[in-house]
Amino acid sequence: METVKVMVDGVQVEVPKGSTILDAAKIAGIDIPTLCFLKGINEIGACRICLVEVEGTRALQASCVYPVSDGMVVRTNTPAVREARRVNLELILSNHDRKCLTCVRNQNCELQDLAERFHVKDIRFEGESIHYPVDDLSPSIVRDANKCILCRRCVAVCASQGVGVIGPVDRGFRTIIEPIFNRSINNVPCINCGQCILACPVGAIREKDDVEKVWTALQDPNLHVVVQTAPAVRVALGEEFGMEMGTRVTGKMAAALRRLGFDKVFDTNFSADLTIMEEGTELLGRIKNGGKLPLITSCSPGWIKFCEQFYPDFLDNISTCKSPQQMLGALLKSYYVEKNGLDPAKVFVVSVMPCTAKKFEAQRPELSSTGYPDVDVVLTTRELGRMIKEAGLDFPNLPDEEFDPTLGESTGAAVIFGATGGVMEAALRTVAEIVTGKPLDDIEIKAVRGIEGVKEAEIQLGDLLVRAAVAHGTGNAKALLEKVKSGEKEYHFIEVMACPGGCVTGGGQPIVKAKKRMDRDPREVRAAAIYDEDRDKPLRKSHENPEVKKLYEEYLQEPNSHKAHELLHTHYVARQKY
Amino acid sequence: MELYRSHVLVCEGTGCHCSGSADVIQKLKEELEKHQLENEIKIVSTGCFGLCEIGPIVIVYPEGAFYSGVKSDDVPEIVSEHLLKGRIVKRLLYHDHVTEAGIAKSLDEVEFYKKQMRVTLRNCGVINPEKIEEYIAFDGYRALGKVLTEMTPVEVVEIMKASGLRGRGGAGFPTGRKWEFAHNAPGDKKYVCCNADEGDPGAFMDRSILEGDPHSVLEAMAIAGYAIGADQGYIYVRAEYPIAVKRLTIAVAQARNLGLLGKNIFSTGFNFDIELRLGAGAFVCGEETALMSSIEGSRGEPRPRPPFPALKGVFGKPTLLNNVETYANIPQIILKGPEWFASIGTEKSKGTKVFALGGKINNTGLVEIAMGTTLREIVYDIGGGIPGGKKFKAAQTGGPSGGCISAENLDMPIDYDSLTEIGSMMGSGGLIVMDEDNCMVDIARFFLEFTVDESCGKCPPCRIGTKRMLEILERITQGKGKEGDLENLETLAKNIKASALCGLGQTAPNPVLSTLRYFRDEYNAHVYDKKCPAGVCHALLQYTIVKDLCTGCTLCARECPVGAISGERKQPFTIDQDKCIKCGVCFEKCRFNAIEKK
Amino acid sequence: MKSLQELEEIRNKTRESVYLRKDRAGIRVVVGMATCGIAAGARPVLLAFLEEIKKRNIKNVTVTQTGCIGVCRLEPMVEVYLPNQEKVTYVNMTPDKVSKIVSDHIVNGQPVMKYTIGVDGR
Repeated sequence: METVKVMVDGVQVEVPKGSTILDAAKIAGIDIPTLCFLKGINEIGACRICLVEVEGTRALQASCVYPVSDGMVVRTNTPAVREARRVNLELILSNHDRKCLTCVRNQNCELQDLAERFHVKDIRFEGESIHYPVDDLSPSIVRDANKCILCRRCVAVCASQGVGVIGPVDRGFRTIIEPIFNRSINNVPCINCGQCILACPVGAIREKDDVEKVWTALQDPNLHVVVQTAPAVRVALGEEFGMEMGTRVTGKMAAALRRLGFDKVFDTNFSADLTIMEEGTELLGRIKNGGKLPLITSCSPGWIKFCEQFYPDFLDNISTCKSPQQMLGALLKSYYVEKNGLDPAKVFVVSVMPCTAKKFEAQRPELSSTGYPDVDVVLTTRELGRMIKEAGLDFPNLPDEEFDPTLGESTGAAVIFGATGGVMEAALRTVAEIVTGKPLDDIEIKAVRGIEGVKEAEIQLGDLLVRAAVAHGTGNAKALLEKVKSGEKEYHFIEVMACPGGCVTGGGQPIVKAKKRMDRDPREVRAAAIYDEDRDKPLRKSHENPEVKKLYEEYLQEPNSHKAHELLHTHYVARQKY
Repeated sequence: MELYRSHVLVCEGTGCHCSGSADVIQKLKEELEKHQLENEIKIVSTGCFGLCEIGPIVIVYPEGAFYSGVKSDDVPEIVSEHLLKGRIVKRLLYHDHVTEAGIAKSLDEVEFYKKQMRVTLRNCGVINPEKIEEYIAFDGYRALGKVLTEMTPVEVVEIMKASGLRGRGGAGFPTGRKWEFAHNAPGDKKYVCCNADEGDPGAFMDRSILEGDPHSVLEAMAIAGYAIGADQGYIYVRAEYPIAVKRLTIAVAQARNLGLLGKNIFSTGFNFDIELRLGAGAFVCGEETALMSSIEGSRGEPRPRPPFPALKGVFGKPTLLNNVETYANIPQIILKGPEWFASIGTEKSKGTKVFALGGKINNTGLVEIAMGTTLREIVYDIGGGIPGGKKFKAAQTGGPSGGCISAENLDMPIDYDSLTEIGSMMGSGGLIVMDEDNCMVDIARFFLEFTVDESCGKCPPCRIGTKRMLEILERITQGKGKEGDLENLETLAKNIKASALCGLGQTAPNPVLSTLRYFRDEYNAHVYDKKCPAGVCHALLQYTIVKDLCTGCTLCARECPVGAISGERKQPFTIDQDKCIKCGVCFEKCRFNAIEKK
Repeated sequence: MKSLQELEEIRNKTRESVYLRKDRAGIRVVVGMATCGIAAGARPVLLAFLEEIKKRNIKNVTVTQTGCIGVCRLEPMVEVYLPNQEKVTYVNMTPDKVSKIVSDHIVNGQPVMKYTIGVDGR
C-alpha cells in the first residue's frame, strides 16, 4: 500500500495514501472533534467543527474530508483553530433548541458532547431562531426542526437508501431539512426505515414514542397483554444500559419483560421459523409450478413499502408471507386465544422490534386476519430500554429467564433473521433438506453473511441449482432490482432488508454515535452476536422446531394450507409516491 | 452582399432594451421605408455600449455620431435630418460630463470612451451579435483556426501562461495555470465550463459580453477544449438574462451550422460542442463547485476543495471553469500574442478589466480600463465625477465579497493585488461610488443583508454567523448598539473568514471588516453617541425646530402624521422626541428651513 | 468548417458590409446632401457611387453624406478624400460622371481634373 508521511502537531505519522487528516490525526493520537461527519455516509465537511490548519493553505480546512499528501504539516490545536471551532459551536448552539433536559437524546447527544468538551459556558452570539412546528403525523418518525443543526447526515443516509425524501429546502438562515412542499414525512414516500434517526447527532429526528400506550395497557386489568421480541433486539438492548456493543441479553430481556408486567413473553423467533416453513414451501411451489421468480422475502416492512412505491412491477415477486411480527400476532389472536379460552378483543399484543417501519406495518388495515389488528403496539428497542429504566430495573444484573412456552420456542435459523443474509441462510438450510432429503454439509452459509452491499450464492440441491442474492439497504436493493429488471441477473430467491446491515442496525436500535461508528461497525459486531446465538442453539433448522411442528399438526395442517393463508399471508398494492 | 452607405447601430443590450430600443428599431424601419432609404442604410442591433444609464443608445456610422436617450419619437428627425440630409441632430447627441460645454461629440471624442481600452468589449456595440458572419468579419474564429492548425495543446497552455491573464471572476487565479492543471489531469472525458452566473449586485459585464459578442466566448471555450482535451462545454448562465440566453442559443446554433462547433472542426479531427445550462438565480451558484453541482442537476451548494475541479469537476470528471470576461480575452491573446497582452496592465495583473460603475457617479455604466488605472481616473475622468459636486467618500469594489476603498487610496493603481492589500478585492468588477451622504455602517449592513439572503445554508459560519453579524448591524443602525457589539462583530468576521466552507462565506465579512478599518469612527458614533454622521440611519436622526427660524406657521404641525409637533401660532413650535417617528415630513414641508436634521 | 480558407472567405465577404464600422481611415466620398444638393440631384449621384464601388469590389471606401458644402450653385457637389492627399471637390455632378471618378481617382489616384471645382466651377 502506498503511504505518505504527514506531520500532525509535530508528530510524524505514516498513513495510507488517500487518508484524511482526521484519519492521520487519529493515528497520531489526536481526536479531532467532528459533528456532521458520518463515516461512509456523510463526508461533506459542512459543520466546520473539525477545522485544522494546513500549512500553505489560506483558510482553515475541514479535516474530515481533506486528503493528506506527502510532507503535509497540520496543526490541530492552535489559537485560531480553537477559536474557530468554538465560535462555530456557539453559532450552532445559538440556533438550537437547547431544552436538553427534556430531549430524547439527553446524554446521548453529539452536540452536547461537544459543548462539554469545549466548555461552552455562555453563548456570545445569541439571536433570532425560527420556530418550526413538530411533524409527528407519521406512525414511525417524528421530526423536530427546532433541534436540527443541518448536518445533513439524515439527508445523506436517506439518499443512500435510494429514498431521498428529505433534503435542504430554502437557503441561508431559513434552510430547513424537510420533505418537498413543506409536507409531512407521512405524506411522502418515506419507507419508515428510521436510518435517519440513527444518523441524527441530536434530537431532531426520533421514533414515534408509544411507551405510554403500553403502560396504559399493562395497567388495564381487563387486558391480557403479551409481548414478542424480534431476533435483533437481544443483541443490542444491553447497549441502552451501557453494556458493551454485541452483548447478548436474551435471558435478561425476557426477565425484564416479565417484571414490567407482561402476561406472557413470547419470541418472534418462533414465527421466524414458521416463516421459513411458509416461505420455503412457497419458493419450492413457485419453482415447481412455474410461478413468478425470483421470489423476494417479505420480512422487512421498510422494503415492502419501498417496493410498493418504487418497484410495483416486482410486487408479484414478493412472498405473500406476512412478516414474522404479524404472523405471531395473528396466531396470538387465533390459535393462542382458542387454545387458552381467551377473548381476542381482550388480548393486547405488544412487539419489541429493532425497527420503526414495524410501527407503520402494524397499522396496515389488511394485517388484521382475525378482525383485530395482528399487533396492537410496536415498541423499538430504544423504547423498551426507556421502560426498563423508568421501572428502575437493574438490567445488567437481572437473572436470565426463558420465553414462555408454545410460542416462545425457536431454532438458530430464526435468530439469524436479525442479520443481513439470515433469512436466506435459514431458508436454504430447510429447503435443502426438503429437496434432497438430507442436511447441508455445512449449514453455515458464509457467502450470504457479511456487510457487502449485495451478496450472491449458488447452492446445488439435487438437480436444482438455486441462485440466490441478498441485498441490505434499499439503495443496494434498488441496484439489484435494476439488474434483474434488465435481465442482467437471474435468481430464484432474493432476500432484501431495508436497513443496511439488516435488523441488527434497524432504525429502532440503540443509537451509536458517529465517533464510535468510526471504530466499531455495529453491523458487524451485533451480527457476530447473532451468529453466536445461532451456534449455541441445540436446534438450528426451522423445520426442526417442535412447537412449529405441533402448530401444523394441531391447527394449520401444513405449510401454505388454506388456514395458513388466511392467517399468515397477505397481499400488496402499488402505492402512489406523491 | 449589399453595400450600405450608412449603418445605424442600436443597442439591444438589456439596459437599452428596457428603456425602449425595440420601439426605436421598429420606428427606424418604418421611417427608412418611408424615405426609401432601406437599401442605403442598414440597421444593426448590437450589444451593450456601456452607457446604460442614458439609453437607448444609437450610433450612426460612418460619422460615429453618438445619440443617447433616443425615443421612438426622435426617430423621424434622425432619419430626415441626419440620414437623409446629413445634418447631425445635435440635441440628441450625448452630453459629456467631463468637458463643460457638453458639445456635440462623435463616439471617439466622448471622454467616457477615450480613457478606456476595449479588449473584451471590443465588439460590443460594434457587431450584430446575432450574425456570426459579422463576428468572423472582425477576425472571429481565426484564433481557433490558428490554434487547431498550428499549435499543440501544450503550446496553447504556454501562451496562456505567458500572457499573465488572471481569472476575471473574482479571485484572480492565473488562467494559464488553471489550464495546465486541467490539461495534465488524467482522464478521457473532460469538460470546459463557462461561469456566466453573474450575481454581484450591480455587475453586468458578463451579460454585456454575452449579449454583444457571444461568439468570443464560444471560440475561447473551443480553444480551451483543445488545450485541455475536452470535447464538451457547458455555459452556466442565469435564467434572469433572457437576452444573453437568446443570443447564446443563436450563436451556438450558428457556430454548429458553420461547423465551428461539432465534429472535426477545421478538418483537424477536433470535436467540441457546447450546451447551455440555465441557473435559477442563486448567488452561490457563481461559486465553482456549487455551479458544477447545479450543472449536474443538484442543489447548487459548494463542496470542500480539494479535490479541485481540474481533477474532479462536473460529473466527477476533470473540468476547466473560467468566467465570461476571462474567455473574451482569449481569442485576442491568441491572435495578437501573449506579449501584446502582457504589455498591458501592471506587473502582476495583465490586460484590462471591465468595471460596472454605479452609485454616486455621473456616468453609470460599463468601462473597460487597463489594469493599473487609478480610481481617480475611473471616477473623475471616465465616470464624470460625482453628481452635485459632492465629496468622494469611498468606493466599494468586489460587491458583497469586497470592501471599500477610501479617499486616501484614490490614486492607487487598481489591480488584483493592490485591492486585496487594502482589504477589498477585484471581484467581478462592480464599482459602487459613495459620497459624503452615504453612511458606511448602513452600507456594510446592506451588503451583509445580501449575503445573508444568498447564503446557501450549508455551513454554520455563513448560515448563522452572517445572520448574527447582520443582527448586530441592524441593532447598531437602529440606535440599539451596545458595548461589545463591535468586538463581537470583529470576532465573528474573523472566524467566518477563516472557517466558512466556500469563497462566498469566507469573503462575506469583508464589507464589515473594511468599513471597520477605514470608518471606525462612524461605527463608534452609532454605537456610543447614537448618531449617524451621514444622516442616513433613521432611528438615529433627531429633528428639531430652530427657534429663530420658525415663524409658527403651523404647517409642520398639520403635516406631522403622529401629532408630535405642537406650539402656539406665530410662536416657535417644538417637536416631542418621544412621539416623533422620524419620517421627515416636517423637514420636507418647512418653508423656512427651520427644521434641523441631525 | 472545413478549412481556414473557408473562414477567410466568409470574413472577406462580410468585411465589405462592416468596414464602415471598422476601418474609418480609408478613402471617403462625401456627397453634399442638404436641401440644395438634393434639389440639384445629389441622390442619384450618391447611389451611383455606391453602385460603382460595389461593382468593382473596392474595399476601404466610405460613401457618406454631409450637409451644405457652401456653394449651392455648383451642387450636386462631391468631395473625395484620399489618405495623405488633399481633398478634391467635384461639382455639377451627374451619375454618368461617377464611373470615371471611381476608376481614375479612387482606384488610380488621379483626380479627374475636368470635373473639379477648379475647372468646371469657373
